[in-house]
Amino acid sequence: MSGAFDASRRRFLRIALTASGALVVGFRLEEAFAQSSSVPPDLLGDELTELTAFVMIERGNRIVIGAPACETGQGAITAYPMLVAEELGVAWPQVRVTQLPYGYRETDGNASNRFGNQSGAIANPIGEAWTALRTAGATARAMLVAAAAREWNLPVEQLRTAEGHVIAPDDRRISYGALARGAAAQPPPAQAPALKDPATFTLLGTPVRTTDVRNVVTGRTRYASDDFLSGGLIAVVLRCPHLGGRLESVDDAAARKVPGVREIVVLEPAAANASGDGPSAAGIAVVAESTWAALKGRAALVPVWTPGPFPEESNATLAATAHALLDAATDGVVVRQEGDMAGSRKRARLALSARYELPFLAHATMEPPSAAIELRQDGALLIAGIEDPDAASALIAELTGLPRAGIEIRLPRSGGSFGRRLRNDFVAEAVQVAKAVGKPVKLVWTREDDLANDRYRPFGLHAMTATLDRANRIAGWSHHCAATPASGREPGAPAWRGCVSAEAFPAGFVEHLDTQFHALESGLPRHDMRKLRHGFDTFATQCFLDEIAFETRRDPVRLRLDMLGEPREVPAGEGGIMFDTGRMAAVLSACAERIQWSTKRTDGHGLGIACHATGGGYVAHAFEIGMDGERVRIHRAVCVVDVGRVINPLGLENRVASAVVDGLSTALNLAVTVKAGQVQQKNFPDYRLLTAAGAPPKVEVHALPSTLDPVGVGELATSSVAAALANAIFATTTVRVRKLPLMPELLRML
Amino acid sequence: MQDTPENRAAAATPIDAGIEPGTLQLGINGKPYFHSGDATMPLLWFLRDVLRLTGTKYACGVGTCGACTVLVDGKAARACMVPMLEAAGREITTIEGLERDGLHPVQQAWIENDVVQCGYCQSGQIMAAVDLLRRKPRPSEDDIAQIGNLCRCGTYPRVRSAIQRAAELTRAKRT
Repeated sequence: MSGAFDASRRRFLRIALTASGALVVGFRLEEAFAQSSSVPPDLLGDELTELTAFVMIERGNRIVIGAPACETGQGAITAYPMLVAEELGVAWPQVRVTQLPYGYRETDGNASNRFGNQSGAIANPIGEAWTALRTAGATARAMLVAAAAREWNLPVEQLRTAEGHVIAPDDRRISYGALARGAAAQPPPAQAPALKDPATFTLLGTPVRTTDVRNVVTGRTRYASDDFLSGGLIAVVLRCPHLGGRLESVDDAAARKVPGVREIVVLEPAAANASGDGPSAAGIAVVAESTWAALKGRAALVPVWTPGPFPEESNATLAATAHALLDAATDGVVVRQEGDMAGSRKRARLALSARYELPFLAHATMEPPSAAIELRQDGALLIAGIEDPDAASALIAELTGLPRAGIEIRLPRSGGSFGRRLRNDFVAEAVQVAKAVGKPVKLVWTREDDLANDRYRPFGLHAMTATLDRANRIAGWSHHCAATPASGREPGAPAWRGCVSAEAFPAGFVEHLDTQFHALESGLPRHDMRKLRHGFDTFATQCFLDEIAFETRRDPVRLRLDMLGEPREVPAGEGGIMFDTGRMAAVLSACAERIQWSTKRTDGHGLGIACHATGGGYVAHAFEIGMDGERVRIHRAVCVVDVGRVINPLGLENRVASAVVDGLSTALNLAVTVKAGQVQQKNFPDYRLLTAAGAPPKVEVHALPSTLDPVGVGELATSSVAAALANAIFATTTVRVRKLPLMPELLRML
Repeated sequence: MQDTPENRAAAATPIDAGIEPGTLQLGINGKPYFHSGDATMPLLWFLRDVLRLTGTKYACGVGTCGACTVLVDGKAARACMVPMLEAAGREITTIEGLERDGLHPVQQAWIENDVVQCGYCQSGQIMAAVDLLRRKPRPSEDDIAQIGNLCRCGTYPRVRSAIQRAAELTRAKRT
């Protein structure tokens, strides 16, 4: 990024002086992306072409840096501003971070976003920002230095910066705050400023705490559901419990008599709209002066529901259908085929087969969905924890006819997402209710609403077959998946996307490959969770590799390392990202070493290991466990990652450790089950997250040193947890659990 | 007269001019409040909807997750399970009132250990930790593990180390 800015690029650099004398440097950074080899064009797509950060320098030398994405626990509110601050040359304690709202605007009829794309940075929060946000900081710094140079009549080359000051060779210094006005008066630099040599970083690579942690622990942070619009009413919705069912009639006489209840609104189910984010269940909204009145009113409703087209759906029928599809000779949709798998079966010395079953899962964000909305004549205000404000804005415009430029969206800190907040179904509900009552409304979901009406991680079965040659090498690999497809966000994406991969290891590392997909029909809406596939098919592939190792009396780590072979790069199929076998092997080897893989346990403990790569990041998990009666005790949990250069080692360690705990929680006990076309789980007592008692006391996290560009880590670090744990359970008990969640199945088999 | 919750409740009887019969009084973070509405309403909604003390969170409404943990007369309770009738006459402490000036040692330890991820459960986790340290100034690992508050992000290892750190800070403060 040391080349010249051309004229078109300069147009994207925006500088403004606010009334208070603050210098604002804004950057539309699609050019920076175009130059960044680390971000594959396919990954950027239409959604990820630009990204913006704001730097504001106040006269008192406080630096305000805007975080453009909704903070849901992924760390964007800390990591993004760190990138800007490093190049800007300020001390972190000088920095105050502000969460930016949605930045839609229209100029001469052209739509754009003041803060760049705010709907796409979720998958890889650091990767795309790496060059772009540092450039924003470097540009602001260059302008401040130029202003000082003019003031002192010195060449810029003689000036340096530290802790928010420009410093002359004779140690005279002047604060950024004092320079802001002069800096803003200049044209932007003709040359793109050179970025720092990473060896000279003073902030990046050092541990930094969550920037707004003090407000969170003192209860001052206003989460999305903590906002009360002026004069706003509270709405809760009674939704049809039958998948795809309808409201026949409702007796709301008793509900209307509950003190505080103001209105009852029947919601239109599954209103088709461009974003596909209409409310998916038929429902009746109770609008009241308080949450309690709304809940009491809801409890007093007497609805008559018409069951939908899925009255027989259950996990049992889905599994039976899946097994039948996988048993049948008919082919599924071909995902990838190479060589001659059928011939390989005939020639094989040994063929091994196994099936793995995964349940529906709910995101169960700690803060359930909510949306506060005020509709006016000419615009709207939405306050919600959402990660796709573009879609929300389009949805509101579609449902109300309001111009998008008049729709303001605030994106407060939100209690978890795991992908849930990419969907706007609860926003659609809130808009319908606000329209009907003509007043500002905060629509809130209870936990029961959440578990029964989520966009679930798909249900599915994986039928795996491997053929082995005389040297016990895996010659053929057949992976047939039957699953309820994720309702993908990208229109036109193949049904199998998110359930099975064409490229993930060991595809591409065997001579004969046959990957197929059968779609199962289900009434449950589905969506990604924590990068769906990375966990969904990883469980099958990484358990099956372990089974092959056992059957052929090979060490599971050795088997994987042998398959990976010499360090080289092969296409990973995620928008041009390459899979580096050397990095995968290094992560796996480091993980094995940390857990002391080659030291045989004699105390009844067992070890399990698994690995995965996605989005340019690499991960391996290893667990040392023991059985304590009917409980699995996790004595040690090790996670090794390679995600390129580490921006914030503390943030990374914390996110990886949490992701491992979440992965364990999910793998051990969590499932959403369907019976007679209804979701069975009501609340946390039957969707049993781990508590402190079940979690490992410590997760040993190691990030391999790297000078490569960074990628996001949070979702990566859940992906191979279930497989490593199932492998450890096998090593400990000799029981091979092939169905998630592991605990009920293990107890059934023991 | 001693300033006990009982005496405060007595002081809130309708003879204190203008208060309707049946009005409940309770202390929240050291200040008296009145409630004349539905006496079955859980304390959680009084805190959030009426007083706008939104540091106390809703996440399950059935007393399982602990996101709404507050102190009732100094002891941890799930605010979603305490009807206003039961809260009457008691002294409630919420996350906002844990420390008037600066930080409570538990909050300090939470910051030092960077416990917060999404942060939504953390005010409840902190209140539960305050309660534990009141009962057990030197908590064992098992004591800590017995805290049943849920964290969807999975911050339990950091919650654990933060509680031990808070115990240290509390002891240091006393000496």
